[in-house]
Amino acid sequence: MRWPLTPRQEQAIVRLLLLFLTALSIFILAFIIFFILRHGLPVLSWEFLVRNPREMGKEGGIFSTIIGTIVLIILALTLATPLGVGTAIFLTEYTPEGRLTRIIRFGSECLAGIPSIIFGLFGFILFVTKLKFGWSILSGSLTLAFMILPTIIRTSEEAIKFVPQAYREVSFSLGGTKWQTVSRVVLPSALPGIATGVILSIGRSIGETAAVIFTAGSALRIPDSLFSSTRTMSVHFYILAREGISLSKAYGTAAVLLISILSVNIFTYYLMNRFLRKYS
Amino acid sequence: MISIEVKNLSVFYGSFQALKNINIKIERQKISALIGPSGCGKTTFLRCLNRMNDLIDEARVVGEVFIDGLNIYEEKVDLLELRRRVGMVFQRPNPFPLSIEDNILYGLKVHRINDPKIMEERLIKSLEAVQLWPQLKNQLRKNALTLSLEQQQRLCLARALAVEPEILLMDEPCSALDPIATARIEELMFELKKKYTIVIVTHNMQQAARVSDFTGYFLLGELIEFGETHQIFTAPADKRTEDYITGRYG
Repeated sequence: MRWPLTPRQEQAIVRLLLLFLTALSIFILAFIIFFILRHGLPVLSWEFLVRNPREMGKEGGIFSTIIGTIVLIILALTLATPLGVGTAIFLTEYTPEGRLTRIIRFGSECLAGIPSIIFGLFGFILFVTKLKFGWSILSGSLTLAFMILPTIIRTSEEAIKFVPQAYREVSFSLGGTKWQTVSRVVLPSALPGIATGVILSIGRSIGETAAVIFTAGSALRIPDSLFSSTRTMSVHFYILAREGISLSKAYGTAAVLLISILSVNIFTYYLMNRFLRKYS
Repeated sequence: MISIEVKNLSVFYGSFQALKNINIKIERQKISALIGPSGCGKTTFLRCLNRMNDLIDEARVVGEVFIDGLNIYEEKVDLLELRRRVGMVFQRPNPFPLSIEDNILYGLKVHRINDPKIMEERLIKSLEAVQLWPQLKNQLRKNALTLSLEQQQRLCLARALAVEPEILLMDEPCSALDPIATARIEELMFELKKKYTIVIVTHNMQQAARVSDFTGYFLLGELIEFGETHQIFTAPADKRTEDYITGRYG
């Protein structure tokens, strides 16, 4: 090939290069998934899912950690979703763009950049010790809720802004109030986007370890109240691997984590497609 | 009979004056067309009549607009009721991404009209008024976005009619439609003026000449001339109007 390249050659080379980069990214992802599933799937069994851990997790299953994870996430979402969506609605629909909105937005973006272990430390100091909630589901879910709040605000805001202005105008021109317009027109149209934010947060929460280990503790019992300590799958995985309790059980836990994140995503896409068909 | 009387109306966007001291009397159950080059303030004027300019943060309206003798810019005016009485159709057909039925009933729902009998009656009546009922009566659950542009615009008109307005504001309602659809919408306007006072903003002078009883010519925020359409198009009183309608300007 002669230098300089003709535009046509350049085009061909760039195309190949980009294809290679794409293939590499997909390969890395696929390799991680394959690696975890290869080591984890053999451990998986019905028993593994429905039995509680015994001997610190060396024997038995991971049932209580599945419960712990689910409870913690549901509670965190229940706290963070109304808070985040409400903030997003206020910022986009109820206040003109200005200093205030910029400050709030800047604040929430800073919040998004804070490492989760800092959230963990904050949750530990405020909820666990100062408010005396102890290592508990309550402390853990409050901390998680704070952590996912920026994501929910951000994605909800984007989704709300994406709703065509024409819909709002029509609603107002028919004599609708602001709230009727927001609740009947804007939010339904923005729902797929808002749901995406919530799902992203579920993903982040399922995998979260640092913030949770500080605030929800690592008890292996099935929790019986908001003030019980609990152990999530990711914390369980961390402890199994870190303390060398059982690498095979750790891989099993990792496989369950991975599969649950995948299923949550697939389920969401399915729901969103159904919703979009109905709504647009 | 006068339906809308505008006195000394000015509108400012920040420091820019979009409308300068407009005075106009609009007749009941007639079609009044507003023409003029882009940016002359005709849409701004239209949006003063149902106070849609309130939605723009930096817009400031000075002056009085009387509808049936009531100044709609007074503080005690019920804005939601005003907008029910003064319906609006927009430039581009903008049905909600909902079913045909839900589009029509939206206005009723926001005004808390829940009686199924009234809802069905209004649904039929407003679709009949825009001549969509025969075609669509068996597919009311269909998504409105699957309709043709002309049907969508008729649906938007029906949606505005469903809350039983007295005045219809149309902001270039045919600009997204082809000439045949435009002609049919214009025919419909003749039908509608038997019941409603219509104010239409149009870019299209021929349209104004064809459909309207009265025409107003806006230029740079001023109402240059307002009078019977026939007179405006054959013997305009103002030189600037003449220049515009003869195509020497704009």
